Amino acid sequence: MSSLTRIILQRLGLGFLTLFAVSLIIAFVVELLPGDITQAMLGQSATPETVAAFRKEIGLDRPAHIRYFEWLGGIFKGDLGQSLASKRDISEFVGTRLSNTLFLGGLAAAFAVPLALLLGLLAALYRNSIFDRIVNLTTLTSISFPEFFVAYILILFLSVKAGIFPGISNVSTNLAFGDQLFRTILPALTLTLVVLAHMLRMTRAAIINLLSSPYIEMARLKGTRPFRVIVYHALPNAWGPIVNVIALNLAYLVVGVVVVEVVFVYPGLGQLLVDSVAKRDLPVVQACAIIFAAVYILLNLLADIVSIVSNPRLLHPR
Amino acid sequence: MKDFDDLQQLFSEGRIDRRVFIKRAMSIGMTAAIPLGILSQEAQAAGPKHGGVFRTAVRGGATSDSLAGSALLDTHNIMASWSCRNNLTEIAPDGSVTGELAESWEASSDASVWVFKLRKGVEFHNGKTLDADDVIYSINDHRGPDSKSGGSGAVASIDDIKADGSDTVVFTLSGGSADFPFLMADYHLTIVPAGTSDWDAGMGTGPYTLTAWDPGVRFAGKRNPNYFKEGRPYFDEVEILNVGDATARMNALRTDEVDAIEEPDLQTVDRIGSVPGLSVKEVGGTKHFTFPMLSDIAPFDNNDVRLALKYGIDRESILQAVLRGHGYLGNDHPIGSSQRYFADDIPVREYDPDKARHHLKKAGMDSLNLKLHAGDIYAGGMDNAVLYQAHAAKAGINMEIVREPTDGYWSNVWMKKPFSVCYWGGRPTSDWMFSTAYAADAAWNDTHWKHDKFNELLVAARAELDDAKRRQMYHDMQLICRDEGAVVIPVFANTLMGVSDKVGTPERIAGNWPMDGDKSPERWWFA
Repeated sequence: MSSLTRIILQRLGLGFLTLFAVSLIIAFVVELLPGDITQAMLGQSATPETVAAFRKEIGLDRPAHIRYFEWLGGIFKGDLGQSLASKRDISEFVGTRLSNTLFLGGLAAAFAVPLALLLGLLAALYRNSIFDRIVNLTTLTSISFPEFFVAYILILFLSVKAGIFPGISNVSTNLAFGDQLFRTILPALTLTLVVLAHMLRMTRAAIINLLSSPYIEMARLKGTRPFRVIVYHALPNAWGPIVNVIALNLAYLVVGVVVVEVVFVYPGLGQLLVDSVAKRDLPVVQACAIIFAAVYILLNLLADIVSIVSNPRLLHPR
Repeated sequence: MKDFDDLQQLFSEGRIDRRVFIKRAMSIGMTAAIPLGILSQEAQAAGPKHGGVFRTAVRGGATSDSLAGSALLDTHNIMASWSCRNNLTEIAPDGSVTGELAESWEASSDASVWVFKLRKGVEFHNGKTLDADDVIYSINDHRGPDSKSGGSGAVASIDDIKADGSDTVVFTLSGGSADFPFLMADYHLTIVPAGTSDWDAGMGTGPYTLTAWDPGVRFAGKRNPNYFKEGRPYFDEVEILNVGDATARMNALRTDEVDAIEEPDLQTVDRIGSVPGLSVKEVGGTKHFTFPMLSDIAPFDNNDVRLALKYGIDRESILQAVLRGHGYLGNDHPIGSSQRYFADDIPVREYDPDKARHHLKKAGMDSLNLKLHAGDIYAGGMDNAVLYQAHAAKAGINMEIVREPTDGYWSNVWMKKPFSVCYWGGRPTSDWMFSTAYAADAAWNDTHWKHDKFNELLVAARAELDDAKRRQMYHDMQLICRDEGAVVIPVFANTLMGVSDKVGTPERIAGNWPMDGDKSPERWWFA
């Protein structure tokens, strides 16, 4: 196990370096954007005098690298800083948005991952059958449409016509858990349809790949039933690639859902990031980017650990 | 008689129905004397009733919003702010100015000193009684050379504010301003208790007390039982959602998630009417689309070129194609038809490619090549530019459209590029509109236009208290702007709202801002 701990620590260390690089790049890129927060906030009212007064008030008149290092110093103290636009503590409002985003992503994952695995296993089991073709066709179709289109179709049928679900998912913190769950189902379904095909096809391919191996043939010759062959013999060796694709898709569920948030009026992190970039609110952009980067790094780390643990050859290297 | 008046009040507010009203009236012996008008009111609208939670979806919010008066920007935060707070004055639905926290006001003979008497006994949500210090603190928040308030323009003319007792405020202006009470209705200039620093708590005198405020997402408020406006507000609670996407707003309205929405999508607005239980309300307002030219840069420094551009646009086609008829024709000046001093005798300039060519010739040109910088800063911004390009081509004007990103448009394109696409929400008075964007020294004079006669008239009209003379001056200014100004104004856009039939609205809806002057939470009710 000690080698595993070492790998995890190594990866965490690299993760921190990556986060640092990300923050540096973001700071640089936001500086490159035309205009700054004072002009974005004042809009039509931006006269040179008001812009100068505003810049001074929020400290934008100081050089960029000094502001960056101040921000970095704050991060090490666990202080995400204040929004330049609203002067509120970032941790305070990013927290709610993050939990909304994780809730939506979690719900979508709870639908999508088991479904993808199950359908993938069945598609591998009955490969090239009508069932396999239909599953592939429908999931590929749903992944090929843009997200907003899938969302509108679901709204049209399940909300406007059938009236089962609400047409918008304006969750707020004072909603009961059940209500929040109910209001989040439609966006979660949309995301499920969007990510299903990836995971399903990787599961199918990884298992089919193994089915031609000698040890599977051995199992079959023993007279093991086909489903048992797949679940007990093939799947344990297929976890590596499957988990990697799942991790990528889970990360997407957290960081790539702006469109779905807009269509369903869901108050998540994506909308916050877009607003903040439009307003050039650098500390908020930084905070969101760091969170997104951390999600990617952690999920990838998790996927690697699962691959290692599920593979004795990697777990006990000679 | 006092009993009867009370009864009449209850009835007109919808707290009792007609049967109870007649019964009680009989019991005090008043049946024979019931004026017919009272009962017929009920037949029309049943009168405003109390109760219910009003949910509305509007646009214009962002996570970076704040309820600070100086930072208000667009519908979501303005409506939220006015749900909690009031101004000294208010623009009535008919476009006139009425008192809100001010009971009355008086001007000196040259309109440069204004004395406002405050309404007595008005309380903030925390129980503090409104006095002159609160007003002074609130207005001063926008003043000063370093002010970054969007309301700084409205208070720029104030030289001094002082209290005269606890319920009188005296404003001394740098020059005469007959429209000063209108300026006090600017949405930035809400009145808060003196010393307020946490504006996001929503403390004020308004119709609702704040229960939730999530910038760019949601505002919620509870009825203020002590509200100083008799009978108002009608709803028990109000919830204002920010929904930026027009389709999502429409979905919300169709699935009964909200009772009213701002700005339904123009492409599909005509279909709302065919959905049972929903209807579209429409008010002609002051919002207009403009094409400003920088009049100090060639070729726009030549008035003949400007006239050629004004004759080279087919206004009717823009009204039909982009606004789908939901608006009215503009006449190259920014005064809307609903405004007090609108000059209705000036004919609307027609599309005339020959005249446009004629003016080009007078300017010594056979044809003209120029760049139009455009972006979708309003729905239809690019469409307007493309249509204009086609219209102008017939007059020998070749426009190249440069598509600009909407992000950063106001800092990088507007007032920087010689010819661009722009729009204005408009202002309630002629003086306000002209002073904001047409006066020679205005910060937002987006055409760099300097017309001596116009600027003289602007100052004179501002201080003129004789209405007939003033009307003539504004008439002349509209004419000058139309014929010598540096802006093409093809159309004025109506304000549209999608409203559920459950909601009762007053006969006249205000058009100065969207959603009934951004005050639907206190003006509407559940029918």
